[in-house]
Amino acid sequence: MSVLVNQKTKVLVQGITGAHGSFHAEKMIEYGTQVAGGVTPGKGGQTVCGVPVFNTMKEAVAATQATASVIYVPAKFAPAAIVEAGEAGIKLIICITEGIPALDMVRIIHWVKKNKIVLIGPNCPGIITPGECKIGIMPGYIHKKGPIGLVSRSGTLTYEAVWQLTQLGLGQSTCIGIGGDPVIGTTFVDALALFEKDPETEAIVMIGEIGGSAEEEAAQFIKKNVTKPVVAFVAGSTAPSGKRMGHAGAIISGGSGKAEDKIRSLEEAGVSVVPSPAVIGRTMEKVYQARYGQKSRSRV
Amino acid sequence: MNIHEFQAKELFKRYGIPFHNGIVARTPDEAYKAAQELYDPIRQFAVKAQVHAGGRGKGGGIKMTATADEVKAFTAKILGKQLVTPQTGPEGKPVDQVLIESTSEIGEEYYASIVLDRSVYQLCLIVSKQGGMDIEEVAHKEPEKIIKQHFDLEAGLSHDDALKAALKLNTDPKSADTLAKVFQAMAKLFVDCDCSLIEINPLALMKNGRIIAIDAKINIDDNALYRLPEIAGWYDPAQEDPREVEARKIDLSYVGLEGNIGCIVNGAGLAMATMDIIKYAGGEPANFLDVGGGANKEKVTAAFKILLRDTNVKAILVNIFGGIMRCDVVAEGIIAAVQDLEKSGLQINKIPLVVRLEGTNVEKGREILANSKLRIIAAASFEEAARKVVESIQ
Repeated sequence: MSVLVNQKTKVLVQGITGAHGSFHAEKMIEYGTQVAGGVTPGKGGQTVCGVPVFNTMKEAVAATQATASVIYVPAKFAPAAIVEAGEAGIKLIICITEGIPALDMVRIIHWVKKNKIVLIGPNCPGIITPGECKIGIMPGYIHKKGPIGLVSRSGTLTYEAVWQLTQLGLGQSTCIGIGGDPVIGTTFVDALALFEKDPETEAIVMIGEIGGSAEEEAAQFIKKNVTKPVVAFVAGSTAPSGKRMGHAGAIISGGSGKAEDKIRSLEEAGVSVVPSPAVIGRTMEKVYQARYGQKSRSRV
Repeated sequence: MNIHEFQAKELFKRYGIPFHNGIVARTPDEAYKAAQELYDPIRQFAVKAQVHAGGRGKGGGIKMTATADEVKAFTAKILGKQLVTPQTGPEGKPVDQVLIESTSEIGEEYYASIVLDRSVYQLCLIVSKQGGMDIEEVAHKEPEKIIKQHFDLEAGLSHDDALKAALKLNTDPKSADTLAKVFQAMAKLFVDCDCSLIEINPLALMKNGRIIAIDAKINIDDNALYRLPEIAGWYDPAQEDPREVEARKIDLSYVGLEGNIGCIVNGAGLAMATMDIIKYAGGEPANFLDVGGGANKEKVTAAFKILLRDTNVKAILVNIFGGIMRCDVVAEGIIAAVQDLEKSGLQINKIPLVVRLEGTNVEKGREILANSKLRIIAAASFEEAARKVVESIQ
């Protein structure tokens, strides 16, 4: 078990003939992900990384029975790519693309929700179930199979946290990068609900950042619904107000979205919030051992 | 992206949101001419410095007067100056133009804004009777005086919903109806122009009964500028931190801060976390800087140049998590960047440089740095990097 993706997941790569698409398709295949093919309009019939290229998602899904897709197309075309995947019957869409206008995403998210599609991202590193399936741009080898579920708004900071866990022997069930945009599909709450239900996940790492109120909503959800221990870090305690910190969603505006408020909410929900990003792994080790000791189902 | 008040009002005009007649002036003579043109014996002039910041009244950037001579004198005094307001920071923002408006007397002041509420994927109209004040303070002290009305982006703001909010501000049917129409126009403008904020504070009921947007603030979603060519052309680099403008040109994400430890990091989340850990170790970060996931030599060189131009920077911390990009390649890039900078005369060897690499081929990367002739302080962990860079300037 794991959440959303496993060794059986068949994936299509939208934008597979582009520089990013082909590079990462190759890395995903190397990792062992079942990449069934790719789509680039007008380039159907070609082969990239040993997999067939189709003109449309509809053709690709019919030929491969894929159930997931990953999007590497430019921001201007990404919303249409999401809709095309959904209309072709894809139920899990991972959108890596950065720079999609927020209001476009509002429209898209209403549409995917109505059609019961899970969208991860945009502006995210993707999702990985170690040893089984990697969909996105994260380096595969830093991960290790194990009991920790991880959800994060960031990319490289997630790798940092994963690396700390792996070096301590704490493997991961699934790591989900939900993305740094203000308007995203899968939220902290969605990911936490999945991890709470997943028998293989025994503890959760959550990495938030300034902007919006997703961490506060996660805290409310954890208080009521999450029984597994949660360790969190919130990036941006030192960020000034009114400035976008790289991610489109990482901005303190009108006095809301501050790290201190998020940290307080999470602490009130019983989450172990670390003050330094260097101790995410060590804190999880302590929290994990305190909860499970020798009774852990997974070997640490 | 921020735009000026006069530009926001240009958009208001197209959507039928009422505001006072006004003219933009870029010289004192233009201001004098504008005042003559706008002159009305029973009205006053408002001369307003055009800067991308609020709190202009408190900062001395707004003048009410009855004569064209005073309009000219005030314009002459303020043009070309740095206006410091509670929102600009101590360095202020340059005043390159003023907006001169013909005003009448204000009766009541309201607040109205539209924002995107990301948590529910809806837009939200926010109104209050406490206009003309710092709305954050009102929200904090008297949250019951803030009224919120959510609405769907596709359906727009209905007249019924707009009227419901309007009636909380003013129960007079005619005024409420006008307010409701303003709110609906704001909602339409918000969606059409990919705004991330429209704020009117104050939105005034004048003594003559008219509803007028006294101020206008609009922020536009940067990601949508590609389809808003006219608005994209309103980008005013003079209002931005020059270091940020420079970084933007070469596609680096940079935000200047007040501290003295410069940072170069790959990835926005890790860059924020690096600032946080510097502070946690007892130092003060000088900036946020994301060189992108790849962290190639060109980007690292450009990043060093921006940091070195900041005279506050007394030490630099490079924190790279090499994932897809291998650490040995990153290490070679850092060395090449430092050598290039030294050749071009920039004194990078004068300030401590702490480098922390982690990820793919990290051993090889560290070896390359250790074998280089450069005075690089290597750090093996995130924690050690922060400690060493803070110690380096103590």
